[in-house]
Amino acid sequence: MWGKRAAIIALTSAVAWSANLAYAQDGYKVTPELIEAARKEGTVVFYTATDVAVAEKLGKTFEEEYPGIKVQVERAGSERVFQRIGQELSTGVYNADVVETSDAVHFQMFKKQSWLASGLPEEVIKEWPKEEYDPDGQFAAYRAHLSVIAYRSDMIKEEDAPKGLADLLDPKWKGKMVKAHPGYSGTIMTATYAISKLLGWEYFEKLGKQEVMQVQSSTEPPKKLAQGERPLEADGNEYNVFRLIDDGVPVKIVYATEGTPLTVGNAAILAKAPHPNAAKLFYSFLFSLKAQQLNSDFGGLRSFHPGVKEKAGRTPLKDIKLLMPDVAGQEAELENIKAKYEEYFGT
Amino acid sequence: MASSAYATPFNRGIDFSKPVFILLAAILAVLVLFPLFWLLLYAFTDPARQFTLMNFVKLVSDPAMRRSFGLAIGMAALVGVLACAIATPMAWLVARTDLPYARFVRILVTASFVTPPFLGAIAWEILAAPNSGIFNILYRVLFDRPTDDYLFNIYSFAGLVFAIACYTFPYVFTLVANALDRVPSDLEDASAILGAKWLTTLSRVTLPMVVPAMLAGALIAILQALTMFGSPAILALPAGFHVITTKIWSLFQFPPKLELAAAAAIPLLILTILLLRGQKWILGRKGYTVLGGKSGAPRVTELGKFKPLALLFVFGILCLTVIFPYAALIKTAFTETIDASISWDSFTLKHLNFVLFDFSATRLALFNTLLLGVLTATVCTAISLVVSYLVARKSVMGAGILGVLATAPVAIPGIVLGVGLFLSYANPTFKLYGTLWILLIAFMTIEMPAGYQQLSSAFQGVHPELEEASRILGASRLKALWQITAPMLRTSVVATWCFVFIGTIRELSATILLTTANTKLVSVIIYDLNESGDLGAISVLGLMLMVVSFFVVYIASKMPLGAGRLQPRG
Repeated sequence: MWGKRAAIIALTSAVAWSANLAYAQDGYKVTPELIEAARKEGTVVFYTATDVAVAEKLGKTFEEEYPGIKVQVERAGSERVFQRIGQELSTGVYNADVVETSDAVHFQMFKKQSWLASGLPEEVIKEWPKEEYDPDGQFAAYRAHLSVIAYRSDMIKEEDAPKGLADLLDPKWKGKMVKAHPGYSGTIMTATYAISKLLGWEYFEKLGKQEVMQVQSSTEPPKKLAQGERPLEADGNEYNVFRLIDDGVPVKIVYATEGTPLTVGNAAILAKAPHPNAAKLFYSFLFSLKAQQLNSDFGGLRSFHPGVKEKAGRTPLKDIKLLMPDVAGQEAELENIKAKYEEYFGT
Repeated sequence: MASSAYATPFNRGIDFSKPVFILLAAILAVLVLFPLFWLLLYAFTDPARQFTLMNFVKLVSDPAMRRSFGLAIGMAALVGVLACAIATPMAWLVARTDLPYARFVRILVTASFVTPPFLGAIAWEILAAPNSGIFNILYRVLFDRPTDDYLFNIYSFAGLVFAIACYTFPYVFTLVANALDRVPSDLEDASAILGAKWLTTLSRVTLPMVVPAMLAGALIAILQALTMFGSPAILALPAGFHVITTKIWSLFQFPPKLELAAAAAIPLLILTILLLRGQKWILGRKGYTVLGGKSGAPRVTELGKFKPLALLFVFGILCLTVIFPYAALIKTAFTETIDASISWDSFTLKHLNFVLFDFSATRLALFNTLLLGVLTATVCTAISLVVSYLVARKSVMGAGILGVLATAPVAIPGIVLGVGLFLSYANPTFKLYGTLWILLIAFMTIEMPAGYQQLSSAFQGVHPELEEASRILGASRLKALWQITAPMLRTSVVATWCFVFIGTIRELSATILLTTANTKLVSVIIYDLNESGDLGAISVLGLMLMVVSFFVVYIASKMPLGAGRLQPRG
């Protein structure tokens, strides 16, 4: 199946293909030898920041595809995953095979520490936009998602709902909003930087006076909406809102007129992975159409795989005004972002 | 001490005091000094490990940091006051009056004691969050208020103080009630015979005798509040303010500032030492020996017409600390969402199913939690008993240092201790990270002060006369401890065991840095689930944990101890 797909891609996207040739490697293939070696190792350990239900489902799908190899899913928030990897590797404990977080800065750090293995799956080299993987082949964009405004449609009428970020400063939303924290959530860190570039810090200074309920993870604001604790989220994961909508919770997404911040979640194989072959096999599975389609259908995540078909009713990325992440700029500004945020929001 | 002069000629057993002292000193030194060493090293150096005071300059010059210190100290002090205000009258009512259902009240107080504060905080979120809180929904429905009106807001400074006091007042209650159980009636009788009214006897005789217990309890409550992480993380952060622990925790966010975090712990260390000094100063001035070889039954005050009022007070407190929160957890465990009304239609076993069958971490975490709880409690109680004996009886030169060592960890917030322990034991030399050993060491270090404080205050109430009698008859020190003192302190020893056991179940802040996939604990799972907002599963897990803990505490209270059981008097 992959061979046929590859042939079609090679024919139809010849331009992108030749551009990618600049990168010396073509990516590794899943060979019978690799599968056999992976099976001998028997386990792959996946440190991930994706919602636990989505990550567990992905693991089960892999286990069905390659019987005899167990996936151990270790889920925590991006910053916690990062902290754990840092703790473990710097003290010589090698537990993790594959790592994935939603903060692109982490992977720059990992790379600087030489903690990542080189080599990407064939599919990434062929299908992914060139700017969505590391030129040295150490990591690639496994998923993307947005940080969105959303509201309870049974508590706020559509015509009253905010249309953009500036509308959130209206006094009528005082005490009505919930938002996640940039010091905890990679998604919100990325979004905060993008919005501060666009609207300046005055925006956050004013938002801080709106008595916003502060939660930590970007998965949390949608759940506070579902509980009815607040009718409006100033930011939060788009994919958790999709999942609520699928569950029948009356929630609606607003793609702000000013733009919606996009966050890229990278994945990589660790250089000292205890199960190197299983890691390679699992890593290539992560970028397969099957896994990417599953992330989209079940998890509400966005994919860079051109073959992924999004569920009807979800606004396609091309129709949304996006604020693209700027990893280098963000990395330089980290301390300032956190200090400013604490100044305006108290934590 | 007079006894040694008599004891020596008859001493048939070998006195193991010295070797035991050396062994204990070594164990405590490793447990305490190792992480403290790392803490100090980081506080006074830069990332290149060169000496600097810059960390402290940064600390003092940061207004956000100063604010978090102020708020934390204010919060802890208020928790201490509130805990004493609730617990002391309650303990007196239960121990010394004819209040009906006193046994039942004690059991319910134990229930709020066993409840981990973070679970209590989550329960209070369910009850008193401004919009989705059950109380506020009821308030709006009953009084026909607009949809954004609310009566309580748990996400506030007052809410935080309240939610922490609910789960720390049992420290004061247990100690004061135990002391009241032990206060001999002779003095009170004397006061009454001399014509004093019951109120005079209460305020001039009974209360002063329980002051040490009340202070010890308040001190534990204050220190608990000061170093607590879970409840502020759940309640203060949404309200938009930091306390010291959450501030220190935020310093571990990317990129981590370990030096600053270590430095931020130093004022906490100094504050704690000052508090302990203060306690010693107050206690040092008076003799408080209340348990001797002879005494009568405790006096019982008749409440008379105040009985309904007293009952209402006790019942009200228990509603707030135990009955309402558990009702909320039970409701959330068995209904679809937290704002669903209670009916057969909304009843569901979905969350129970998820926790028992779908959620793979449940069984392992429960097993690990209980195993570590029992191990820590047993080891800690044994060490504390011997240490507080050696310190109280000054039987070995330099025994005081053991007391200092055993108390020192109280000053280190769990999260910082977690890092210290991580740096100490998760390196290529020890390789303990990822094993239960590092957690056992962590729990022992964290719980040692509680165990030691409990038993040493108990020792202060035991007059050495009976021990001396035993030693005169030829028993060695440790034999006298085992045969005479331990059974006399049975209640305190069991209470200490339970304190420590419960302490390990409550622990979250150090644990969160030290657990891995195979060493998961229930507290960490609950915290993770709270992060993803799954209140139904939290409720099920929390209730399961409580049922099991209660069972363990019940068994512990039935254990015989030492050579014989001390029969209750009266």
